[in-house]
Amino acid sequence: METPTLEVRNLRTHFFTKAGVVKAVDDVSFSIQPGQVLGLVGESGSGKTVTGFSVLGLVDEPGRVVSGDILFKGRNIARADDTEMRSLRGASIAMIFQDPMMTLNPVLRIDTQMIEAITAHRNVDQDGARQEARDMLGKVGIASPDERLKAYPHQFSGGMRQRVAIAIALLNRPELIVADEPTTALDVTIQGQILYEVQRLCEETGTALMWITHDLAVVAGLADTISVMYAGRVVESGSVEEVLEQPMHPYTHGLIGSVPSRNKRGQPLRQIPGMTPSLLNLPSGCAFRTRCSFSTDACQVIPDMSEPVPGRTLRCHEPIVQHEAV
Amino acid sequence: MTVFIIRRLLQAALVVLMMSFVVFAGVFLVGDPVDILVADDADQAEREQVIREMGLDKPFIVQYGIFLKNGLNGDLGESFVFDEPAVGLILERMPATIELATVSLLIAVVLGIPLGVWAGLKPEAWSSRAIITGSIFGFSLPTFWVGIMMILLFAVILGWLPSTGRGDVGYVLGIPTSLVSWKGFSHIVLPAVNLALFNLALVIRLARAGAREVMHQDYIKFARAKGLSQSRIVLIHVMKNIMIPVVTVLGLEFGGLLAFSVVTETVFAWPGMGKLLIDSINLLDRPVIVAYLMIIVLLFVVINLVVDVLYSVLDPRVRLQDVKA
Amino acid sequence: MSVIPEDLEPLVEKAVSKPVDTPLRRFVSDYTENSIAVLGFIVIVVITVLAILAPWIAPTNPYDLATVSIMDSRLAPGEQMMSGMTAYLGTDGSGRDMVSAMLYGLRISLSVGAGSGVIALAIGVIVGLVAAYFGGRTDAVIMRIVDMQLSFPAILVALVLLVTLGKGIDKTIIALVVVQWAYYARTIRATALVERQKEYIESAVCLALSKNRIMLRHLLPNCMAPIIVVGTMQVASAISLEATLSFLGLGMPETEPSLGRLIANGFEYIMSGRYWISIYPGIALLVTIVSINLVGDRLRDVLNPRLQR
Repeated sequence: METPTLEVRNLRTHFFTKAGVVKAVDDVSFSIQPGQVLGLVGESGSGKTVTGFSVLGLVDEPGRVVSGDILFKGRNIARADDTEMRSLRGASIAMIFQDPMMTLNPVLRIDTQMIEAITAHRNVDQDGARQEARDMLGKVGIASPDERLKAYPHQFSGGMRQRVAIAIALLNRPELIVADEPTTALDVTIQGQILYEVQRLCEETGTALMWITHDLAVVAGLADTISVMYAGRVVESGSVEEVLEQPMHPYTHGLIGSVPSRNKRGQPLRQIPGMTPSLLNLPSGCAFRTRCSFSTDACQVIPDMSEPVPGRTLRCHEPIVQHEAV
Repeated sequence: MTVFIIRRLLQAALVVLMMSFVVFAGVFLVGDPVDILVADDADQAEREQVIREMGLDKPFIVQYGIFLKNGLNGDLGESFVFDEPAVGLILERMPATIELATVSLLIAVVLGIPLGVWAGLKPEAWSSRAIITGSIFGFSLPTFWVGIMMILLFAVILGWLPSTGRGDVGYVLGIPTSLVSWKGFSHIVLPAVNLALFNLALVIRLARAGAREVMHQDYIKFARAKGLSQSRIVLIHVMKNIMIPVVTVLGLEFGGLLAFSVVTETVFAWPGMGKLLIDSINLLDRPVIVAYLMIIVLLFVVINLVVDVLYSVLDPRVRLQDVKA
Repeated sequence: MSVIPEDLEPLVEKAVSKPVDTPLRRFVSDYTENSIAVLGFIVIVVITVLAILAPWIAPTNPYDLATVSIMDSRLAPGEQMMSGMTAYLGTDGSGRDMVSAMLYGLRISLSVGAGSGVIALAIGVIVGLVAAYFGGRTDAVIMRIVDMQLSFPAILVALVLLVTLGKGIDKTIIALVVVQWAYYARTIRATALVERQKEYIESAVCLALSKNRIMLRHLLPNCMAPIIVVGTMQVASAISLEATLSFLGLGMPETEPSLGRLIANGFEYIMSGRYWISIYPGIALLVTIVSINLVGDRLRDVLNPRLQR
């Protein structure tokens, strides 16, 4: 197997706040092969966004990557200094943010914001950069790119702004893209279009993609592998088909079961009882223990990552075995 | 854009008209209008002559009409003291005041923005805290007292700089300015810095607040994710966003500077409009006072107009909104 | 200030780090975190006490023309006056002992500044509340007037008023009130507009409480925070403005000099090295204004809900 584009090992990112230490990312591991798509799934507060920021070295005070390794093409960048990270960001590793409204600077033109992404990393003259920007806008499906380049962000709709953000991410042909819920703020139809575009582009260029989302439907259609996060830890991972067809972790099972389309009409919607715990106040042992209908005394101890089946990882004392699944 | 300017111009003209009414009515109602136009020591015959000449026995509206008509021709009465048209006197001294105000504004901006942005980007640093505490002093200290202290220190004790007056005036592009010679420069330094202090403090605080707010925005994080250098982020992304509120405030403050130069000019005996006003108040030269007020109103309105236009140039969201409207 | 990423915010509970319960105690403990602001507060209290007690603690009465002798004029600090008393900070051009003149001047500066502030606050608050509560045309008209008033520099408005009205403490206060009320009106209108949308006002309206009662008993108390901050800074600015006007020869009469007048009187002696006539009143003025502003600045930080941890 070739070197994975991204391999994260036992990553821990903590926030040292006045209220206590928030373990946003607590022993997270996963890897992405070139050209593959990883879906990082979890609710609000699961730590998935912070994981994305950690990879790019954009975790701000009072947060810090405390321990673990982040291997980008085999090179450990977890403790790289800012200069090194800056040369990677936007060039080899790109990020797409969640809220297209605020990702672009409202007082600068689109071409300014695209050209600077190019010239920050490569020795291209203004005209060449402009040409590249123009071409990329066309590739992400924006019509009349010349006019659009001269425009300002507020003149675009949300979907178009996100396409511009994607275009910017692709400008320097990155080998890894971290996308943090890029379609959550958009209409469903636009969402479909963008998913399609991104998938196509990644296939074309062999870019590895880390797609952070809470939406299982998106993951099902897009990703090759999936990692499910809960309260800062990865609780289950594996190939998308296997995990979604036969979830082993009660949480994953609950997530899949609570998707409205999977419920019969007329029946009450299924939910996972209880609420996501505050990260300052996690239950001891397995964090999901208090909401899990399968928990036992064994769950008072944090389960280690296990590999019940090759290619699947699981962090659970009482996994769901297939014939028990309802 | 042209529609925008025309609309603003009409609004401006309306404001000037209204203010002329307020000034005239105020003067009319509060004092005997005759007093405005006649020196205090005039005798009865002179007063009656003036009353007839100026039509002061006519109804209020007619008098206001005459005032307006004369005003549009540039005639706002004659000074008692100098026996010259009041408007001329003021216009003579206006360049000195404008020069003082402009230099002060430049000092406030050129020093204030970098200091404020620095304090905003590194709020915990010792230097930042010092800058902010300093800014409190900047807007607390009464200008006139600081001016006196400056004279005491630099002119009396140290003897480095002159204490009063304006230096030699040279001409640059037809504009009289005292900045071309050392003598001129040395005379303007103290009053300009004195006048600038309040605005300097204001700009520092504005720039700091702006920088702090902008730095937390998503687009800054996105810019970092693109791999841009810190200097580019600060100089282009942050600056352009800060400039908008700073320019707006500064534009309005320029008017304030022109007005407040009254104090600095008095302290430093700077021969501008402000000093003329204070002298006129002390000498009871009323036509000059009225003329000063009208001219200041006009200046203010023009400044507000320029600021509005500048604002729409800097903030593309405003500009394009107006076009659609 | 902790910046937690958005996807964690709903889960981080607010700090329960201080064992204080009442809002007042919490306010005090927040405020006193900054020692400079505490110093400012202490200074203000001291100055106010001095000003109130001036007639009793001043060595001489600088207004009593019978005791003021021209022979005493321009004595340097520490020299003896005709009456045998030591003028610790010297005497001014008319022979008044500086310490006494400063105490009385402080009294005038503070009372004019605070007095005009309170009156302007009352007027501004009523106008602002009315504008915010009634909205619509009332609001538009009121705000037009407020905006016009505010677009003119305070100093010019005050100058013109004092030129027309003449000298005297009452006229000075009137001028200062005219200059200040609009600022209060605008501040409270902005706050009241926000509060007005909130549910407790809606419920008060549903209870058919009278408009006056809603405005004064329900709306107003919740708008107090910005008023306190603005009020503090405005008092400082009023004191500064009064001093400036006195310096220019307007406002307070010569016989009842405020600190500004004292400084003006001393100005002519600066060149000849008799610095004490201007400097000491200046320092008194400075200390007063700076302390008030320090306190006001701190109040603004403490009372600002957005900056709370």
